[in-house]
Amino acid sequence: MRRLSLAALAIVSMAFSLMAAPVAAQVPFGEASAVKERLEIGASSSEIAITSDFRGADLTIFGALSNADELFLAIGQYDVVVTLEGPRDYATVRKKERVLGIWMNTESLTFEQVPESYSIASTRQIDSLEQGVSFNSVGVGLEHLPLNPVGYIPNTGFISEFRDAYRRLKLGSGLYQRDTSGVRFVSSSLFRASLRLPANVPDGMHMVRAYLFKSGVLIFQREMPLRVVKTGLEQAITDAAHERPFAYGFLCVLIAVVTGWGASIIFRKD
Amino acid sequence: MTVYLPIAELSVNILIILGMGAAVGFLSGMFGVGGGFLITPLLIFYNIPPVVAVATGANQVVASSISGAITHFRRGTLDMKLGSVLLVGGLAGATVGVWIFSWLRRLGQLDLFISLLYVVLLGTIGILMLQESLRAMRRAKTNQALPLKRPGQHNWVHRLPLKMRFKKSKIYLSAIPVVALGFGIGILTSIMGVGGGFIMVPAMIYLLRIPTSVVVGTSLFQIIFVTAYTTMVQAATNYSVDIVLATILMVAGVIGAQYGVRVGQKLRGEQLRALLALLVLAVGIRLAIGLVVTPDDIYSVSVGGLSY
Repeated sequence: MRRLSLAALAIVSMAFSLMAAPVAAQVPFGEASAVKERLEIGASSSEIAITSDFRGADLTIFGALSNADELFLAIGQYDVVVTLEGPRDYATVRKKERVLGIWMNTESLTFEQVPESYSIASTRQIDSLEQGVSFNSVGVGLEHLPLNPVGYIPNTGFISEFRDAYRRLKLGSGLYQRDTSGVRFVSSSLFRASLRLPANVPDGMHMVRAYLFKSGVLIFQREMPLRVVKTGLEQAITDAAHERPFAYGFLCVLIAVVTGWGASIIFRKD
Repeated sequence: MTVYLPIAELSVNILIILGMGAAVGFLSGMFGVGGGFLITPLLIFYNIPPVVAVATGANQVVASSISGAITHFRRGTLDMKLGSVLLVGGLAGATVGVWIFSWLRRLGQLDLFISLLYVVLLGTIGILMLQESLRAMRRAKTNQALPLKRPGQHNWVHRLPLKMRFKKSKIYLSAIPVVALGFGIGILTSIMGVGGGFIMVPAMIYLLRIPTSVVVGTSLFQIIFVTAYTTMVQAATNYSVDIVLATILMVAGVIGAQYGVRVGQKLRGEQLRALLALLVLAVGIRLAIGLVVTPDDIYSVSVGGLSY
């Protein structure tokens, strides 16, 4: 396991928060809302290279909370949620049923453009953050991730059944993860979020999103792209198979011909 | 020792894959079969996705058929003209087969369909082989002479139009049943990842009355090109040929086949055929159980394109 530690960023963030803190202190109490709280986040690089022996890793995102209200901060009214969303694609959930004694896929539901992977870290249990929070409209958290079915669906019970199955399967495969204590405040304004990259993390453009909640209300949101690139021989093969399928197929046939022909020459009896 | 299969997207024990390839190669050398009908179910048992198992199986058959075809070509027991007519049907069949394959995959019924086809095919072949070998063993016990076959007799196949003369096979035969046979085998190649020799050889002997001497060489000729073509088309449409898996299987397979041939020449045929029949039946039964047993999870997720 590797830790993608982002020390350089921490220093930058700390410098930033040191500059920001005095500003916040100068704002008289009660007029805090005049200056909006902000979040800054960053990673040491905008690209993560994954080698073929990759077994999963922790990604650390550092961030700073600026213009925070000292009083609200002291009583823990700020909550930070950080998510890492993988590239989006259609996902189809299928359900098996016994037909004439044989288990076969009978019903299916396709969800439009859902993230292939999703990790969430928060300062608290996300469900214990006050209900009524606009999680659904924001789409933060596994339970609130928009799962919109494609096509016409007769009843809603059917949809929720497939949504539950989707979340359960994704959590089971490790592609969806949640860590309710993944975000920790290092100082009053500097926080560190640990997100898990599973071993089977899809490559492509991921999106780091940080949400700031004040008394359970979303007040600020920030996002940052993160490219996950797989490297190594295995990835070169996968790329070749998808980008030059004819050359790849030809190579497969060529290897077969050489192997078969070679064997008949090496083992020739006469 | 593990190796990562980039297309199947999982890590496997290289020794198990080598052992599988060598064992199937050994059996295919011993019995003179391509081995595709054993390698594909074995890969499925080892949790390789059926999509990958089938496409990679077809690739493996190219390698295992080529040395046999070369031998027959040298001996002059290969009818190029007959093989080419079979091939016309085979390529068309493989094209239709890949189309059916992709369609079933979109429907989410591909895994089931592959298993069902294998259960039917392995069950039928296993029972027929077992019956035949038991009869042969009984005959050997009572020292009865082998009943003479009469391949000269004509049937409905020989009344069809579009007749062609195949000089090497010394027959005058309609092209229609030849193309149709190639077509059917081509479909099986792309859906099941088999060469189809175990169906083509008996069909050529008993249905088309083609002389036994040219049957095996000619069927191998058609199998090489149809499986090579299927590999290309599967790679281009379903991206499901795993080059790492295929290479390991092929290398182990061709070596195993050489030893299989040597052992096969020394041992008695009937008992061996009975054993192969039992093995084929066992694989078929194992697949059938997989269809009936309640799965761990009745839901499954697949990512990618619209699927309806």
